[in-house]
Amino acid sequence: MTSRDMDAMTTATDAAADTATDAAARAEAEITTARNPVSARSALRWLRRNPLGLTGGLLLVLIAGFCFLGPLLYHTNQTEVDLVNAALPPGPGYPLGTDTNGFDVLGRLMEGGQVSLQIGLLAALFATTIGTVYGAVAGLAGGVVDGFLMRLVDIMLSVPFLFFVLILSARFHANALSLSLVIGGFSWLVSARLVRGEVLTLRVREFVLAARVMGASRRRLILTHLIPNALGVIIVNITFQVADAVLVVAALGFLGFGLTYPTADWGSQLASGVTYISADYWWLIYPVGGCIILTVLALNLLADALRDAVGRRAD
Amino acid sequence: MNETNTARGIASHYRRVDVESTAVSTADGSEDTRGPANGDRVLTIRDLSVEIRRGERVVRPVSGVNLALNRGETLGIVGETGSGKSMTGFAIMGMLPAGGRVTGGSIDLGGKELVGLPAAQYRAIRGNDVAMVFQDSMTALNPTRRIGEQVAEPVRLHQGASKRAARGRAEEMLALVGLPRPAERLDDYPHQLSGGMRQRVMIAMALVCEPRVVIADEPTTALDVTIQAEILELLDDLKSRLGMSMILITHDMGVIARHADRVGVMYGGRVAETGPTPVLFSRTRHRYTHALLSSIPSLTHDRSEELFSIPGAPPDLTVAHVGCPFAPRCDAATDRCREEQPALSTEEDGHAHACWHPASGPTARVRARFAASTAILPEREAAPRLRVVDLRREYPAGSAGLFGRRRTVKAVSGVSFEVAAGETFGLVGESGCGKSSLGRMLVALDRPTSGEVIFDGEPVTRMSARALGARRTQLQMMFQDSNASLDPRMRIGTILREPLAIQGVGTRAQRTARARELLQDVGLPAGVMERYPHELSGGQRQRVGLARALALDPKVLVADEPVSALDVSIRSQVLNLMRRIQLERGLSSVVISHDLAVVRYLADRVGVMYLGKLVETGTTEEVYGAAAHPYTAGLLAAVPEADPRTRRPRLSARVRGELPSPIDPPSGCRFRTRCALATALCAETEPPLEPLAGTHRVACHHPLQQKRSAELTTR
Repeated sequence: MTSRDMDAMTTATDAAADTATDAAARAEAEITTARNPVSARSALRWLRRNPLGLTGGLLLVLIAGFCFLGPLLYHTNQTEVDLVNAALPPGPGYPLGTDTNGFDVLGRLMEGGQVSLQIGLLAALFATTIGTVYGAVAGLAGGVVDGFLMRLVDIMLSVPFLFFVLILSARFHANALSLSLVIGGFSWLVSARLVRGEVLTLRVREFVLAARVMGASRRRLILTHLIPNALGVIIVNITFQVADAVLVVAALGFLGFGLTYPTADWGSQLASGVTYISADYWWLIYPVGGCIILTVLALNLLADALRDAVGRRAD
Repeated sequence: MNETNTARGIASHYRRVDVESTAVSTADGSEDTRGPANGDRVLTIRDLSVEIRRGERVVRPVSGVNLALNRGETLGIVGETGSGKSMTGFAIMGMLPAGGRVTGGSIDLGGKELVGLPAAQYRAIRGNDVAMVFQDSMTALNPTRRIGEQVAEPVRLHQGASKRAARGRAEEMLALVGLPRPAERLDDYPHQLSGGMRQRVMIAMALVCEPRVVIADEPTTALDVTIQAEILELLDDLKSRLGMSMILITHDMGVIARHADRVGVMYGGRVAETGPTPVLFSRTRHRYTHALLSSIPSLTHDRSEELFSIPGAPPDLTVAHVGCPFAPRCDAATDRCREEQPALSTEEDGHAHACWHPASGPTARVRARFAASTAILPEREAAPRLRVVDLRREYPAGSAGLFGRRRTVKAVSGVSFEVAAGETFGLVGESGCGKSSLGRMLVALDRPTSGEVIFDGEPVTRMSARALGARRTQLQMMFQDSNASLDPRMRIGTILREPLAIQGVGTRAQRTARARELLQDVGLPAGVMERYPHELSGGQRQRVGLARALALDPKVLVADEPVSALDVSIRSQVLNLMRRIQLERGLSSVVISHDLAVVRYLADRVGVMYLGKLVETGTTEEVYGAAAHPYTAGLLAAVPEADPRTRRPRLSARVRGELPSPIDPPSGCRFRTRCALATALCAETEPPLEPLAGTHRVACHHPLQQKRSAELTTR
C-alpha cells in the first residue's frame, strides 16, 4: 500500500482510477500526494491500514506506559543500596532480579526508561526547533547567506560528535536537561538540511508565487505557507530524532558519561550489566538491552509509516 | 547525409499517398472506401470490462466496450480524463496497473484470444504483434541506455537477432522515423535529443518489429503544435508503409478529425458513439459527442458567440451507475436515460451510438451571444493602462569558464507592447518562447534585465518593494495549474480572504462576505468555503483561482495558460467565465497560452512570440485572418481543427525542425532557421516590427501580406 492509495481514498471527489494510469495524470497524482495535507484524522486512518506503523505506535504507548505508569503500580526502592539482596536472579519478590547494588531491576528499568525517553524527546524537540528555523532562513534567503549557513552545517557535521559530548560531560555534571541540550545542539544539523531542502522546493511553488503577487511579506510567507506545508516532513523528522537521541543517551550512559549516580538511564544500566558479564548475570543485560532495541525499533517503525504518509523521503 | 535524404524521400512519397486517400474517403463519406471487409479485421474488442481494486475501493474504468480495428486503419479513441480510453489501451497490451484485471469480454487479435492469456505468451505478443507509443518520451525511455540499444532490444527479444543485425535494424528504423544521421545517433542517450526527436525514437522502438497493431496513447500531448503535426504525419506514413493498424488514443478532437479513419468516443468507461470519422463529425448522434464538439473553441468560430459548455463534471467510476453515464450532464435527459442503460445501436455505415435521444442535425449549436459582443478597441487618445517597453530578461546558464563570458539564456529579448483599459491582449507562442517569463515580469514576480513595465504611467520595474506592495492590488495573476497555486493546507474561504488580509482590507466579517460574493461571481456555491482545494475538481479549482485573482479588484489580470490543465468539457466553462468577467469588469488582461484557439477566443489583440521576440501583433482578426509572419502562418496550419472536412494545409506552410537554443539564438531573424522563405538578408539584419496595415505589425523581411502603409511611407 503506497501513500498514493491513501490519497486516492481520501479524495473522494478525485476522478476515476483511469486517471492514475494515464501517464500525465499519474504524475499529477504524485504531485497531489506530495501536496495533500496530512491531517491528524487521515494520519490516524492511515496508521490503521499500516500494520507495521500501528505496531510501532502501540509498542511506543506500551513502553511509555511501562516507564511512567509502572512505578505507580510496582513500588521499589531505587535510592538505598541493599547489599544483602544484591545480584539476585529473577525469582519471587524480584521478577527480574536485582543488580549488584541490590536495586530491583524491573523498577530500575522503569526509572531509567523515564530518563531515556525524556531526554530523547527533549533533545529531538530542541534539534528540530533549531533546525527548522535555521533551515527555513537559509532556504528562503538563498544566495550567499544560504551558502554560508549550509557550509557551516557541513563543517559541524564533520566534527566527531561523540568526542565533543564526552569532553563536555567530563567537565560538567550532566542532568537530564543539560544532556538534552547538548544532544539537541548537535543533532539539529540534519533537520536544518531537510527543512532547507523542503523550503527550496516550496518557495517556487505556485501558491507561494500567488501570495507574493498579492503582496505578502516574507514573514507571512514563512508562517502561513512555508512552515505549515513543511510540517509533515518536520513531524516525521522529530520521530527519527527521538530514536536517535535515545540511542545516543544509551551510548553515553554505557561509556559512563551519562547522568550522575544514582540517577540511572538504560545506557548506564547496560554498562553495569556488561561489567559482570563473566559472572553470568544475564538479567542485568537482556531486559535493558531489549528495552532499548524495542523503543528504537518502535520509533523507527512509526517514523517510516509517517514518512510514507507524508509521501516524501524525510531521512 | 544520403541516408537522411532517402528516408525523407520515402516519407514524402507516402505522405502524398496518404493525403490523396484521405481526400477520397472524405468525398465519399463512407467507410467502404478504406475500411476493408470483415475478413480484414485485425482486432476485435467485445464487451470488455476492466476493474481496478485499490484497498477497499473498486473502480470500473472500462465497462462493456465494443470496438473493432481493421487492417491498415486508424481507430481514434477520444475521451476526457477518466473516460477509460487509456485503460482500454492498457487492457489490449495486457499491462493493467496493479490491482487491475479484465472482468469480462474478449480481446481478439487476429483469431487469438488475449484475455486470460498466460504471461509468457503475452510477452511474446507484446512489442511484436502489438506495440505501444507512450505519451512522455522522457520517462518512457530508459535514461541510462543508448537509444540504439533501446530500439534494438525488441528485435533481439522477439526475433532472436544477433547484436549486429539488431543494431542494423535499429539504424534503418531510426532513419525511417526521420532522425537525422541515425548512424551517429545510435550511441546517444535520450537526454541528448530534443522532445520531438525522443518521440521519434519511441516510435522507432514500437515499430521496429513491424507489429500488426500499434497503440499510440496521447503520442503528442507533451509536444508543441508544430512538432505534433510532424509526429502525427510520421505515424500516418509509417502505418501505411508498414501495413499496420493503429489505435490513436487522444483527448484532442482535432487530432482525431485529421488523423483517424474511424472514431470511438468514450465517456464514463463506455463507448458513447463510434463510426467512420467523416460520418461521426457530420452526423453526430450521441448527445455527449454533440456537446463536446460544440464546446471546443476553434480557429473559425464567431468570437462573439459564447462557447457551449457542458455543466457538471464526469462521473465517479467508483460507484455503480444505472442508466446513461452522461444523463446527469445532458440537457436532453429524460427519466428513461436515468433508469435504463442505452445499448450501442448501429445505424448506416457502421455508425453506432448509445443514446436514447440521439441528436439530429449539424453539430453547430445555438450559442448564446455575449451582451457586449463587439471587441473593445483601444481608444487612440487615452494613455495605455499597461505599457511594456523593450523588455529583456536573461538568465545565467550554467557557469562560465575562468575567462569566458558568462552564457545566458535570452528568455525575453526586447519586447514592447501596450494594453489599453478594458482590452485583452493575447500572447501566443510555443514552449520556450519566453511568454511565461514575460508574464511574470508583468506582475513583478521577476525583475527584467533591462526595459520597463509601465502601469498607469508608473514604472513598476523600478519600484521599491514597499511601493510595489501597495501596487500589487492592481496587478494580479491567474496561474495555470490551480492544483499548485492554491495552498493545499488552506480552506477555500481562507484562500479567498488571504489577498484581502494581506492588503488589510476590511474586517474579517467583511472579507468573508467578499469571498462569498466572489464565489458567486465565478459560479460556485458558498459551501465551497469550508472545503480544501483537493476536494474540488480541476474546473472548480480554476474558478477559485480566478476568484482569488479578482479579490482585490485589479486593473490588470495576467492569466498564464488559464485552461491548459483542464479537460475539454470543463475548459469551455472556465473560458466563458473569463470572457464574461473581462466584459463585465472592464479589466485589462494579458492571456498567455500556447493554444491558438484559446487566445483567439479570449483576446482582442494578439502578439505572437518566437524565441523571446514578438514577431507579429495586431487585432485578433488581423493576425488570425491574414497572418503575415511565416511563423504565425505555420502555427495556424499546424493546429488540427475538429472538423475532418477542413483540408490539410500545404506541407510548405508547416514550420519544420526544432526550436534553436535560446542561449545562442540565430543571427538576424531568429525564425530564419525554420523558415521556408529565408534569404541571406534574413541572416544578416534583424527585421524590425513594422506596421503593415491598421494596427497589424510584423517583423519579417518577406511578409506573407503586402506592406501597404509601410511601403508608401518608405518610398
